[in-house]
Amino acid sequence: MNVATAVFYLIALITVVSAGMVAFSRNIIYSAFSLLGTFMGVAGLYVFLGADFVAAVQVLIYVGGILVLILFAVMLTHRITDVEITNRAAGRIPALIIIGVLLYLLIQTVKETPWVKAQEVIYAATAAKIGDLFLYTYLLPFELASLVLLAAMIGAVVLSRKEIKE
Amino acid sequence: MSPNDLSSYLVIGAILFALGLFTVLTRRNAISVLMGVELILNSANINYVAFSHFGSGNADGQIYAIFVIMLAAAEAAVGLAIVLAIFQLFHTIDVEAAETLKE
Repeated sequence: MNVATAVFYLIALITVVSAGMVAFSRNIIYSAFSLLGTFMGVAGLYVFLGADFVAAVQVLIYVGGILVLILFAVMLTHRITDVEITNRAAGRIPALIIIGVLLYLLIQTVKETPWVKAQEVIYAATAAKIGDLFLYTYLLPFELASLVLLAAMIGAVVLSRKEIKE
Repeated sequence: MSPNDLSSYLVIGAILFALGLFTVLTRRNAISVLMGVELILNSANINYVAFSHFGSGNADGQIYAIFVIMLAAAEAAVGLAIVLAIFQLFHTIDVEAAETLKE
């Protein structure tokens, strides 16, 4: 087992354990901070897959944007000093059965499908390739994405502003 | 299980998907449900990038992953704004307590 394999195992372990803490933790603050481990672990997996640009975007948007937004929402909606369980869960046993069956089926499918062996991959910077694809092949979805972001921004402002009663 | 094996990435994605689905199914806190949705989106992204890497070798899968990340950002902004509006109205974000759109 060389160093790369050991690092891969470490990253996979961090990802899965943090995701488990998100799912099973009794305190919502712990859940929110565990999400950090999952997002960073997924970014590490992207690096292993030769997707450096996607890994950077993952760190910037998920860790820098979405996680901070979630932490803000948690802190604005809870009295953190409360000792009660802040992250109630219900119906755990049926949900465990459902996801157990689902996970078994998914992993069986992955194991039994004869995947094509990968050709030799050269690890090179992908940013230039992605930029070309965005501005030629995927130009229309790219422009639509900016419209979606604008609509989401306006929607968030409209939803969260204070209602002024006359 | 090794870094040069497609199935190891798919198994990690499947585990993340199952944990995210568990979070969405069992949590009664609206923010936790959104966290579960983020886990599910991340698992889909792992599959996109893994198939792009081991399959054709071009960057199409990475483009889809970036679009998914972008939509996740929009979803988080609007979703958390809705959660904050619900909190101002009902003083709780328990999804069972908030079952009407108006007071």
